Amino acid sequence: MSRYFTDEHEWIEVEGDTATIGITDYAQSQLGDIVFVEVPAAGTQVTKGADAAVVESVKAASDVYAPIAGTVLEGNPALEEDPALVNTAPETDGWFFKLKVADASELEGLMDEAAYKAFVEGL
Amino acid sequence: MSEDQTETHPDDLPEVQVLPLDAWHRTKGGRMVDFAGYQMPIQYEGIVAEHDWTRSHASLFDVSHMGQLSLEGEGAAEALETLLPGDITGLKPGRMRYSLMLDENGGVLDDLIVTNVGQHLGLVVNGAVKWDDIAHLREHLPDEITLTHHAEQALLALQGPEAAAVLETIIPGVGELVFMTAGGFDWNGTSVWVSRAGYTGEDGFEISVPADKAEALANALVADSRVKPAGLGARDSLRLEAGLPLYGHDLDTDIDPVSADLLFALTKKRRETGGWMGHESVARVLAQGPSVKRIGLVLDGRLPAREGALVFAGDTQVGKVTSGGFSPTLGHPVAMAYVAISHAAIGTPLQLEVRGKRLDARVAPMPFVPQNYYRGPTSISGDPK
Repeated sequence: MSRYFTDEHEWIEVEGDTATIGITDYAQSQLGDIVFVEVPAAGTQVTKGADAAVVESVKAASDVYAPIAGTVLEGNPALEEDPALVNTAPETDGWFFKLKVADASELEGLMDEAAYKAFVEGL
Repeated sequence: MSEDQTETHPDDLPEVQVLPLDAWHRTKGGRMVDFAGYQMPIQYEGIVAEHDWTRSHASLFDVSHMGQLSLEGEGAAEALETLLPGDITGLKPGRMRYSLMLDENGGVLDDLIVTNVGQHLGLVVNGAVKWDDIAHLREHLPDEITLTHHAEQALLALQGPEAAAVLETIIPGVGELVFMTAGGFDWNGTSVWVSRAGYTGEDGFEISVPADKAEALANALVADSRVKPAGLGARDSLRLEAGLPLYGHDLDTDIDPVSADLLFALTKKRRETGGWMGHESVARVLAQGPSVKRIGLVLDGRLPAREGALVFAGDTQVGKVTSGGFSPTLGHPVAMAYVAISHAAIGTPLQLEVRGKRLDARVAPMPFVPQNYYRGPTSISGDPK
């Protein structure tokens, strides 16, 4: 099981051919109070770098991109009732969606935790 | 408009300016953004926390980007009345009035507050258009009327149900003011001008203070545990809940005051007598009735519809959202929109299009959250609803 990060502040955790995707603690702190999350429906095909979800804060709507290509297995049903989970538990219970990984080689070039931490510190 | 701007915006000013409290905002953790040509704090601890604090305690907003102008000279009120549809000559000393500056076609150039300061008239105009306003006033007012831009003054707003109790401890006597009245006060040897007004729907004050004293006043205010600083984000969600239009979004030169549902800004007798720029056009809309109207919308669900979202009745587009967001007080999204008059009645079901989805909404009365102004010791403060 390994966790990767993107420069768009998504995290992706891969276990076998299943990936769980969310936004980082840094991302939620920048967005502020989250009031609505739109996650993709099961069966949706997403491509690397394309819009996959939308997060609405009090301030504005922001896109969340798919870090890799794949088929959506499920969106996080808990976010419908409690979108603030993204603020309180962004890197655990506040995950956005799960993917069946199409091409594991797309994970190459993503950051590991240490690299992402350095990236955020440089912002 | 852009031509006016290049003529009147001083060339030696940088594109984005800093406010007198810039360093103070940064020390307090303010996240700064560009707004109306200034670096301003959008939030400190978070928009919802600041919003809720304003509704229950008191918040300090820096609104120094707004233009503080004065008009002085024989006949200043009469002269200003040629450019506004409001009763200015009848405004008693210490009284304030919301008004609209209109162009020849009755379009809204700006909304503003006019105060009878005694010696002169005080005007507070929107920051984003203040240079255009100054050019417009200078072009149309007689040369004998002196127009002064008080750029040396900062403007701090203290808003919330505990604002009066707090400010009374710092500037004794301000508690005597009622909503939309103002006066000069002494604060530790500094002359300040205090207005009981604001743009959050709550009781509160706006304090005009010399820029070099603004930080000391801000510190004195937040030293009281009932006061926290609040940013533009909360200011926007508060004014939206209060049903107050924001210039450049809900009002612009394509909008007339009748369609904007701001009839109260057209003093009754002056609607007929005219003598103000734009009267002919506005009188026509008054006689025929407007074709569109600014209305409030309450949305089902939690997904907000924001500025630009299209409004539908069935398959027909009947309007457009001009302001929208999630209401922290109500816990659901609300919006302001212009819709065809045939769909403007309270309760009308409409749909809003957001990212290809249709959200159910209905026309609702504004304010969405009752206003809580202080109208005097004998009246019950707040909305009777």
